[in-house]
Amino acid sequence: MLLKLTISSLYARLLTVSMTVFAISLSLMLYLSVEKLRASAYTSFTNTISQTDLIVGSRTGSVQLLLYSVFRIGNATNNITWESYEDIIKRDEVDWSVPISLGDSHKEFRVMGTNEDFFKRYKYRGDQSLKIENGKYFSDLYDVVIGSGVAEKLGYNINTPIIVSHGLRSFTEHDDQPFKVSGILAKTGTPVDNTIIVSLEAIEAIHIDWSSGAKIPGQETPVEQIRRMDLAPSNITAVLIGVNSKLQIFQLQRWINEYSEEALSSILPGVALQELWRIVSIVENLLLGISMVVIFTTLIGMAAIIFSSLSERRREMAIWRAMGASPKIVIGLLMLEAFIISSLSVMVSTFLLFILLYILQPWIDSTYGILVTIEMLSLKDIYIFILFILSAMLVSLIPAIRAYWFSINDGMTIKI
Amino acid sequence: MNEETICLDSVRFYWSKKSDFKLHIPKLNIGKGEKVLLLGESGSGKTTLLSLICGFLSPISGDIYLNEQKTNNLTANKRDQYRSDNIGIIFQQFNLLPYASVIDNIILPLYFSKIRASRVLNQRDVAISICKSLRLPDSIKDVQASKLSVGQQQRVAVARALIGNPSLIIADEPTSALDTDTQKNFLDLMFKQIEENKSTLLMVSHDRSLSNYFDRIIDINDILVRED
Repeated sequence: MLLKLTISSLYARLLTVSMTVFAISLSLMLYLSVEKLRASAYTSFTNTISQTDLIVGSRTGSVQLLLYSVFRIGNATNNITWESYEDIIKRDEVDWSVPISLGDSHKEFRVMGTNEDFFKRYKYRGDQSLKIENGKYFSDLYDVVIGSGVAEKLGYNINTPIIVSHGLRSFTEHDDQPFKVSGILAKTGTPVDNTIIVSLEAIEAIHIDWSSGAKIPGQETPVEQIRRMDLAPSNITAVLIGVNSKLQIFQLQRWINEYSEEALSSILPGVALQELWRIVSIVENLLLGISMVVIFTTLIGMAAIIFSSLSERRREMAIWRAMGASPKIVIGLLMLEAFIISSLSVMVSTFLLFILLYILQPWIDSTYGILVTIEMLSLKDIYIFILFILSAMLVSLIPAIRAYWFSINDGMTIKI
Repeated sequence: MNEETICLDSVRFYWSKKSDFKLHIPKLNIGKGEKVLLLGESGSGKTTLLSLICGFLSPISGDIYLNEQKTNNLTANKRDQYRSDNIGIIFQQFNLLPYASVIDNIILPLYFSKIRASRVLNQRDVAISICKSLRLPDSIKDVQASKLSVGQQQRVAVARALIGNPSLIIADEPTSALDTDTQKNFLDLMFKQIEENKSTLLMVSHDRSLSNYFDRIIDINDILVRED
């Protein structure tokens, strides 16, 4: 009976109530989508590289090493000599290793030299491996494998020719040695999507006529001759390492960091990712804070709306009292109202969230490489909803207590 | 008078000690089945008196009995319960929840009073039959109360006060919002129903011309001692 009457009371104020519900829903949805995006970004981010135990580069900060070796952001200050690399992988602790050579680019994408092991060893989101979607891994010196993002943005296909530029965004191009696409990787949501992968030998080959970062004038070794040359690399940029036993990670890390022939750094990717996330997450926390404030504001707004309706409903409260309702029921009625409004808002906001995610998911995925999963509400979301409904009812206590005093003092007096 | 529905014994009431409005009612008795008109100008303390009888307010001192039950020492909750069990209230106007249907408005007191609900077998049928005897058109039963005319609203309020047969009906100037013709019609119907229910009626008005409907007329100035 009370529920039925409260609903018809709300229905009689349909316009005000639906505007309130809409406002609360929007702010709840804002909060939910920020939270959702944050969680997805965190998952995507911290799962960019997995099952790699150590990343080795020249002496530098851990975040910087992570940035250039995994995210292909920024540059290495120094290379590692092939000799140091061989010293490291000779160690008993090392199970596998993947050398990486960076520095060149094609259009806005980085070119990475590596070997076939990269495709086997690079894992993301736990145990996901890279997969060829189209074509095959490189078999020829001038074969490249491109990430899905590269293929999509540049419209490349199998056998599309690629000219690699020297350095990043430079005007000098290795146009004497064109590559061609041999394979396109499936989408991963990691920086691999935006990487052009060639063999280490190819990196060596295109720099044959170069010295100290510039082309030697007049010198142009024919391609046929290059193919016959020994193209063993003399430098690489970083190494991904897997160890035999997790217990040996720190032992190996210490050995590498104390390596006397060359100043090296080795980092644990998981730790560095967390470290980097802490820097990035300030923005997320800010957004989260803002949306919390928005929710709080809407709650106050709801209380204000119930408040302003009180003066016109003072009469109604007196009727309830005359029927024998105790002042507690008067409070209960207003809290029930807040409960209905906030529950409706929760439902509407969930509905809006799913629509929004459904529309924006492909765009977020392609633009930011963040896969926002559209799934049922998590337990945490349910907790937040319950918390929200409870605080809405708590906030409604302010007008409800006022109504309580009205109804106690009014008695038979007619106040309109 | 064999039984008394209302009995006030040296009741004093004021909002605060400094207030210049202090009520003192040495004695007021209203017998069972009596129909009493309480005459008084506005501001004379009528509404405060009704609030005391209905148990919205508690006297500072003195005793109030309803059906031989002392109500002023009941807890606030028990007084609310006692009110819904024993008293049907009709206000001057705006009696009804505007958004609820006519039927829902009429049966609302039964939700709060088990005693009154136990006297009504089928709530909806009884509500409709009371409406019929108050000459309310059959078509309005599911209409929102706010869509009714003032005269119809007052009759619905009577139906609500009568349902479940409470022993006392309190009406606070129920006709003041009605024009003279509707007023007479309204009072005729209301008195007929109250007589059938054998309820006691205490009605407040400033209109002396209504006197012939009542068994007894009390001028508030005769029972009330003003203390300044």
